[in-house]
Amino acid sequence: MLFQAVLLILVVAFGYYLFHNLQANLQDQGISTGFAFLNEPAGFPILIHLIDYTEANSYGRAFVVALINTTVISLMGIVLATVIGVIMGLARLSQNWLVARLATVYIETLRNIPLLLQMFFWYFAVLAALPHPRNSIEMGDFLLNKRGIYSPNPNFQDGFGIAVAAFVLAIMAAIALIVWAKKRQKRTGVWFPAYWSSLGIIVVVTFLGFALAGFPIEFDLPQKSRFNVSGGMVLVPEFVAVLLALSTYTGAFIAEIVRAGILSVSWGQTEAARSLGLRDSLTQRLIVLPQALRVIIPPLTSQYLNLAKNSSLGAAIAYPELVAVVMGTTLNQTGQAIETIGLCMLVYGTLSLSISMFMNWYNKKMSLIER
Amino acid sequence: MKSNVGKILSTAAIAATISSGAAAATLDDVKEKGFIQCGVSQGVPGFSNADNAGNWTGIDVDACRAVAAAIFGDAQKVKFTPLSAKERFTALQSGEIDVLSRNTTWTYTRDTSLGLDFTTTNFYDGQGFMVRKDLGVETAMDLDGATVCTEQGTTTELNMADFFRKHQLDYVPVIVQKADEALSAYASGRCDVFTTDKSGLAAHRSKLSDPAAHMILPETISKEPLGPVVRHGDNQWKDIVTWSLFVQINAEEMGISSENVADIKANSTDPSVRRLLGAEGSMGEALGLDANWAYNIIAEVGNYGEVFERNVGPDTPVGLPRGVNNLWTEGGVLYAPPVR
Repeated sequence: MLFQAVLLILVVAFGYYLFHNLQANLQDQGISTGFAFLNEPAGFPILIHLIDYTEANSYGRAFVVALINTTVISLMGIVLATVIGVIMGLARLSQNWLVARLATVYIETLRNIPLLLQMFFWYFAVLAALPHPRNSIEMGDFLLNKRGIYSPNPNFQDGFGIAVAAFVLAIMAAIALIVWAKKRQKRTGVWFPAYWSSLGIIVVVTFLGFALAGFPIEFDLPQKSRFNVSGGMVLVPEFVAVLLALSTYTGAFIAEIVRAGILSVSWGQTEAARSLGLRDSLTQRLIVLPQALRVIIPPLTSQYLNLAKNSSLGAAIAYPELVAVVMGTTLNQTGQAIETIGLCMLVYGTLSLSISMFMNWYNKKMSLIER
Repeated sequence: MKSNVGKILSTAAIAATISSGAAAATLDDVKEKGFIQCGVSQGVPGFSNADNAGNWTGIDVDACRAVAAAIFGDAQKVKFTPLSAKERFTALQSGEIDVLSRNTTWTYTRDTSLGLDFTTTNFYDGQGFMVRKDLGVETAMDLDGATVCTEQGTTTELNMADFFRKHQLDYVPVIVQKADEALSAYASGRCDVFTTDKSGLAAHRSKLSDPAAHMILPETISKEPLGPVVRHGDNQWKDIVTWSLFVQINAEEMGISSENVADIKANSTDPSVRRLLGAEGSMGEALGLDANWAYNIIAEVGNYGEVFERNVGPDTPVGLPRGVNNLWTEGGVLYAPPVR
């Protein structure tokens, strides 16, 4: 106890000494300190901003823009990587020789090539293959060229709220229906096809709401202009390249985790389910997957964390995420390395911890409840 | 989160502790280790570029070689650290390098708030735009709606933003971490325009597969005085770096070159020349150097004109005219204080 107290005091004293030293040295060298720079005008542009941003906005707002970009690419990457991972993991276990081999080739190739290289591949190789905006590939109202994928941009008119309300209402009705169907199944053993019917409810009710409001939507179509394409919505190649690289790379790891999880459930379980007369799809869904998930979730969390942190590599191919905007441009313009790097560490720490906490909660929920 | 903050602070504090040690007397440090650690670019032909054998050449490289010649009498006693634009200031602040000679623009903010000092200008430049000839663009005013590629962490980023804002033109910025990848993005057609300092445009154009298909637009949208940078607070070291360049400019003005310097030192009767070359008095003493410091710079590296012609002059692939980077007596702006 005494020893621990002494150690604690020593650690705190050492920390204070370092902090004090840092302050003194920064002052000696004439380097500005503090976070006041966050209110200064940034003066630099950012390619992708989901909230309004111009060069006249502050470094603080640029930071928020970058934070959103990092979060968006991480979350979308996680979803896409999971989908790819599950499909590829199941494919590798497939009885079909060709499917299983293709999945193996995919997994082994992508897992063993550095991620940065894959990003450059998606960016430069794919860019080189696409046409110049003047010769865009046209698919209806969609345009595809080196500058990105352009789609019509929906403009919501008055009365769009009715359609939204109808959609929300439909979702609530669908949830109620599923809950009722489950209860009834428990009571009587008879299953009502709640999933298909709720899908139908959502589509029909939303459409009716839409029609009732008089289709309150107009599309701003992309037009070829002198250099680029103007109007419409654009998905820039930087975003697509980072998303593809992150999700296919992490997806390959997740595929192996899924395969391991499924193989960990003993064959006897499947045989027992079959002898009870369960169909193959039900065997998978009710018997194998719930048990496999317990093995899958902990390593899956690590992959999610890796993906979130790997998104920082996007800086190399001009995706304006945190490292690019804050540790790149902001650091360079203000010279405040400690503050900007500190901010980035804080963000990655928070992002990773949030993912971790969510996955731990999910893990607990899925774990075996012992009686 | 607390532990994270602690980690940041302690890491930073350690870095700062180390750097303050190095900042005290850079000359003593350099003499002790026997070479200069010089921060350069990752490859800008004519300014700082490594060949297949790993030998560095360029105007910025020669700025460091001149300092090495002044201190050691040997221009080869330099080690180079290639840096990206965004790494460069941190590398100098932390003491990883002794001089930053990486086509760096002298600006107010950089001089006052980064803990750095700009020595003097070794190349007067200005930002321009490069486009494909087949785009049919004649002036930068035609660039409304264009996509622009540039390197991250430079004044270029800000000048570009200012230019388009001032003229109320729309543009799409593609800002890439490294100059080479920014150029690749331009070459692959991701961008209509590549922008950086005009000297850099000429240098980068020489790297493209078909340089003749690209043109540099006439506008110069900014002032970019480029020069070596040192840490703030070490005045002796700053003086050495500054005067190493002044010596080269003065030498050109006096007609002293690497070829005739030995001859002139032996035979000249001009007292200002004799003082400069250490034949008379001991000018180097005030800098903590020996009397031959200026002689060594000229003999090993050459005068400013030689450095220019060798690296970026009309006979090199970069092919820049002297323009404003000529002596004041020749219509340029190079004007070095006298050595006396």
